Amino acid sequence: MADIVLEINDLHVSVDDVEIIQGLNITINKGEIHAIMGRNGSGKSTLANVLMGHPDYKVTSGSIIYQGNSLLEMEVYERARSGIFLSFQYPSVIPGVQVGTFLRKSINSIKGEHAPSAREFRKLLSEKMVMLDMNKSFLSRYVNDGFSGGEKKRLEILQLLLLEPSLIILDETDSGLDIDALRVVSEGINSVLEYSACLVITHYQRLLDYVKPDHVHAMIGGCFVKSGGPELAHKLEANGYDWLEPKTEVKT
Amino acid sequence: MTQDDVIGDYKYGFHDSETATIRFDKGLSEQVVRDISALKDEPEWMTDIRLKAYKHFIERPMPDWGNTGMLKSIDFDAVTYFLRSSEGTEGDWDDVPEEIKRTFDRLGIPEAEQKWLGGVTAQYESEAVYHSIREDLTSQGVLFFDMDSGLKEHPEIIKKYFGAVVPYSDNKFAALNTAVWSGGSFIYVPKDVHVTMPVQAYFRINAKNMGQFERTLIIADEGSSIHYVEGCTAPTYATESLHSAVVELIALPGAKIRYSTVQNWSANVYNLVTKRGIAHEDAVIEWVDGNIGSKLTMKYPAVILKGEGAHAEVISVAYAGKGQHQDAGAKVHHLASNTTSNILSKSISKYGGRSSYRGLLKVSPKAKNCRSKVVCDALLLDEDSQSDTYPTMEIGNASSDLEHEASVSKISDDQLFYLMSRGHSEDEAMAMIVNGFFEPFTRELPMEYAVELNRLLEIEMEGSIG
Repeated sequence: MADIVLEINDLHVSVDDVEIIQGLNITINKGEIHAIMGRNGSGKSTLANVLMGHPDYKVTSGSIIYQGNSLLEMEVYERARSGIFLSFQYPSVIPGVQVGTFLRKSINSIKGEHAPSAREFRKLLSEKMVMLDMNKSFLSRYVNDGFSGGEKKRLEILQLLLLEPSLIILDETDSGLDIDALRVVSEGINSVLEYSACLVITHYQRLLDYVKPDHVHAMIGGCFVKSGGPELAHKLEANGYDWLEPKTEVKT
Repeated sequence: MTQDDVIGDYKYGFHDSETATIRFDKGLSEQVVRDISALKDEPEWMTDIRLKAYKHFIERPMPDWGNTGMLKSIDFDAVTYFLRSSEGTEGDWDDVPEEIKRTFDRLGIPEAEQKWLGGVTAQYESEAVYHSIREDLTSQGVLFFDMDSGLKEHPEIIKKYFGAVVPYSDNKFAALNTAVWSGGSFIYVPKDVHVTMPVQAYFRINAKNMGQFERTLIIADEGSSIHYVEGCTAPTYATESLHSAVVELIALPGAKIRYSTVQNWSANVYNLVTKRGIAHEDAVIEWVDGNIGSKLTMKYPAVILKGEGAHAEVISVAYAGKGQHQDAGAKVHHLASNTTSNILSKSISKYGGRSSYRGLLKVSPKAKNCRSKVVCDALLLDEDSQSDTYPTMEIGNASSDLEHEASVSKISDDQLFYLMSRGHSEDEAMAMIVNGFFEPFTRELPMEYAVELNRLLEIEMEGSIG
């Protein structure tokens, strides 16, 4: 029997009164990887932000059920504490806050009474940093301050590994990563999949060679116009999206 | 204004019942000045300086700059100018009166002393009630007294330096302090002695309508070094208190003085302080100055770079909340060639609070090849708050080089969203950003003060949204 992590029904989302997502449906089960592909402006990142609860995005109708609860009632930090993790396309710079402090505070906030002791945390941290091939000096730098694109993404994945979320949303995580980094990232994701589900938002097929999706959805104009298996990703990469453009009106 | 309005979340807003053994009538007169001096059994020359200063204070008009409106509202006649809480200074913590001891226990003294401090003097109302210095410092010849005891034990040194850096004629509040000063610290570090552990003083106003006028003088002899840490708190009363200190630093050739302050006055204290140091050849003076609370703070730690190769460092932060005006900054006078200075000023305004940076940088025509860098950053936490900058620069020659950077920023929604997506509530996210903004300052503080400051800021951020 399927273990449903996320269920979205007929979701409509607006930003500044412009409807970006127009009737989106998806169900994600534990252990599954779903990939959403689409061009710029198709609404992919909007979906990621809505799931995390960005205040600029207004849900006008539809529902999002996460682990049996309505997500729309929850504050951003409550979503995070209940196990939703968004790997940001553009992570924010937080000047003066050291990476080490930030990670420690975050794991304490999210895990609450189950947070690791200081000693356990140090051990865990050094383990994951070795895995991601990150230098210890990283910890004393300020969060994303002066980071290269690749460094920012590594820090996102480091957080993912430490926080052990039950729903992972990767928003354009492959941009800024070289092939080695991609492999490391995918190993990280695959290592936590046992107890979580993953939504991968991407432009390119590249990441999907490493994080292998069970389902692929093509997004145009704020809804899925086609869903399929991994083969759809290859087709989109080869043929683009024009063949999916609605001639008159497409209903899903 | 209700009591709650005044108190807010002010952590040290408790007050003990007063245990005054001597309390002067409110208001200032020549007789009050004479009485203070007589009570302390001072040498005549000190009484004379006090009286001259009193005369100057009366004649000198209020400053016509800064927050003139708030300055005008100070009622000098409503202030108590001297209050003695215990009979004399105790060298043993056990001998300090119970009420006062309880207060300092709550503030974490002398716990801090046991752990890491080289020496502690704790001032309650007008005079020091507790004082101690580690024996190894005494054996190296370091003198560390509360100012009153210092005057008794070493009048010759104090006569030489008292008012040499900040004469009573400097400004109205320096005159007031000189007339009625009581308590403060006196430190002399002999040649080539390095005091490796910070020494600390703690000042607390407890009585209402109280004026606190401590006077601090630190002399670091050639090639010596010292780090002095000062903390200040006051309880909350609906009526106002006045804190007007004078601090004089003298760094002789090759010496280094760092003076760190974290002030956490309640929101009804006028905090009008003159801090100035003179750095001789190759000497270094560093002011690390944190201002949280008070109704009005006007404070511009200054360094006079008198000898060639001297260096000044002024790092300050200010936090202005509801009804508060932090008018702070720095002044550096480059009087000698090859002198250098760095000024870093950071301010945060919230709930309609106002922070001003007021700076003066002067390079005299004879002082060649001077370098200075000034950076001012302001962070506004809401639309009602205000930040302004009044930098004055007078560069007297072409061989000197000055950099100035200023920025005003706000916390972005994206930063908050990012932190909240990592499990932090909006208040926690705000506090994290604010602590990060002050980090270049807090990292300069001894660990315990840094932790304390971060905690205070977290308290200030609670309920800051909506």
